[in-house]
Amino acid sequence: MKATTADQNTNVWEGGATRPMGASYGKMMMWFFILSDALTFAGFLAAYGFTRYKFIDIWPIADEVFTHFPFFHGTYPMYYVALMTFILIFSSVTMVLAVDAGHQMKKNKVITYMFLTIIGGLVFVGSQAWEWKNFIKGEYGAVQLKDGKIIQFVNHDGKQIALEDFATPSNPVIEHTRENGLWFEKGETTYEYTTSGIIEAFKHNPEVGIRLEKINPETKQKEVILNKAEALKFLEQSTRVVRGANLEVNEYGSSQFADFFFFITGFHGFHVCSGIALNIIIFVNVLLGTYERRGHYEMVEKVGLYWHFVDLVWVFVFTFFYLV
Amino acid sequence: MGQHESNTKLIWKVFGFLSLVTIVEVILGIIKPHSLHYTNFLGTSLLNWIFIILTIVKAAGIMWYFMHMNHERKNFVNSIIIPLIILIPYLVTLLLIEGSYIHDTMAPFVNWKY
Repeated sequence: MKATTADQNTNVWEGGATRPMGASYGKMMMWFFILSDALTFAGFLAAYGFTRYKFIDIWPIADEVFTHFPFFHGTYPMYYVALMTFILIFSSVTMVLAVDAGHQMKKNKVITYMFLTIIGGLVFVGSQAWEWKNFIKGEYGAVQLKDGKIIQFVNHDGKQIALEDFATPSNPVIEHTRENGLWFEKGETTYEYTTSGIIEAFKHNPEVGIRLEKINPETKQKEVILNKAEALKFLEQSTRVVRGANLEVNEYGSSQFADFFFFITGFHGFHVCSGIALNIIIFVNVLLGTYERRGHYEMVEKVGLYWHFVDLVWVFVFTFFYLV
Repeated sequence: MGQHESNTKLIWKVFGFLSLVTIVEVILGIIKPHSLHYTNFLGTSLLNWIFIILTIVKAAGIMWYFMHMNHERKNFVNSIIIPLIILIPYLVTLLLIEGSYIHDTMAPFVNWKY
């Protein structure tokens, strides 16, 4: 194992023949990159925790926000994100199988497992896009008060209902005409909800109550006001109708909730995307036989480390956004 | 280093374990047992503590078996794990304490009557 100068020059990417702490240069650096990235994610999640504790009495309840499942109507909290977690864990398994096959120099097995890993990653990113779509589009709609509070609507059982369940959109938004720079000549006039229209509908609909952001500490549920007079006092303060979520406002409650959701899951999704890109590069190299000629599949192991790390982060994101 | 025997069996076992933990988490998350959810221990419910502990167990499983930390030398493992174990709980503890302090200070000023 004694290194000569010539060895060190030819093995510059391997860090020479000396292996501090028994790991090759590339692998060690991948680990230290993962360490720093883990601290970055820890910082984000800690900031999320900080904000959540700061607004502990008004934070949105995840089970009421993420309730969709493809091809099923109704509310199914948890199931979809559990599926996403399985997809990612499974792609981690195929990755580790690829690494394992690489140790035994079985090129074809490495190809199969790398391919499955890439597919798993793509499915995961697609699932996340779908989750974002539902979150951005929103489901029920709400109104925002002058001081920023979000008011949702419920039926007499306290179950949340959508704006279209009791109000009709009244304000013509835009008549699609050519003058507006649209490519078609004329489209249907679309209407949007107005706060005054919603208040009017609220007055005439005896079944409808409102729900505040405030969480009752005993029941751990949002507070519901069914008393019309009391509810109207809130609604008179309303300034705008909110549908779905964006970085400024969201129908689920605190705007910071959506900000953190977009930022942390977005940053994680970005990691998944770069993981897929790295996997594809290594996959092509495996196909070309680069590692067969090199005599070892350590590169598969290195991108594998990164891929497992992405899974690792998701495990925490899953817990802190959906479970806790 | 340099082991060439196949670990496929172990990998599937670990996958089974991780899946099981996830399923337990999801079931607990859906039913939210009353006796765990409506409790308070060190700032959050026991149910949340269970989730956090199970998550750390999962993370350790992934690092140990999938990322092959079990094949690395001990000083290398320590050089990765120790910074994480020191820095993350430190940061989290401070931030969560500060977060609830700010809540306790600011929340009484939020108006819920109109």
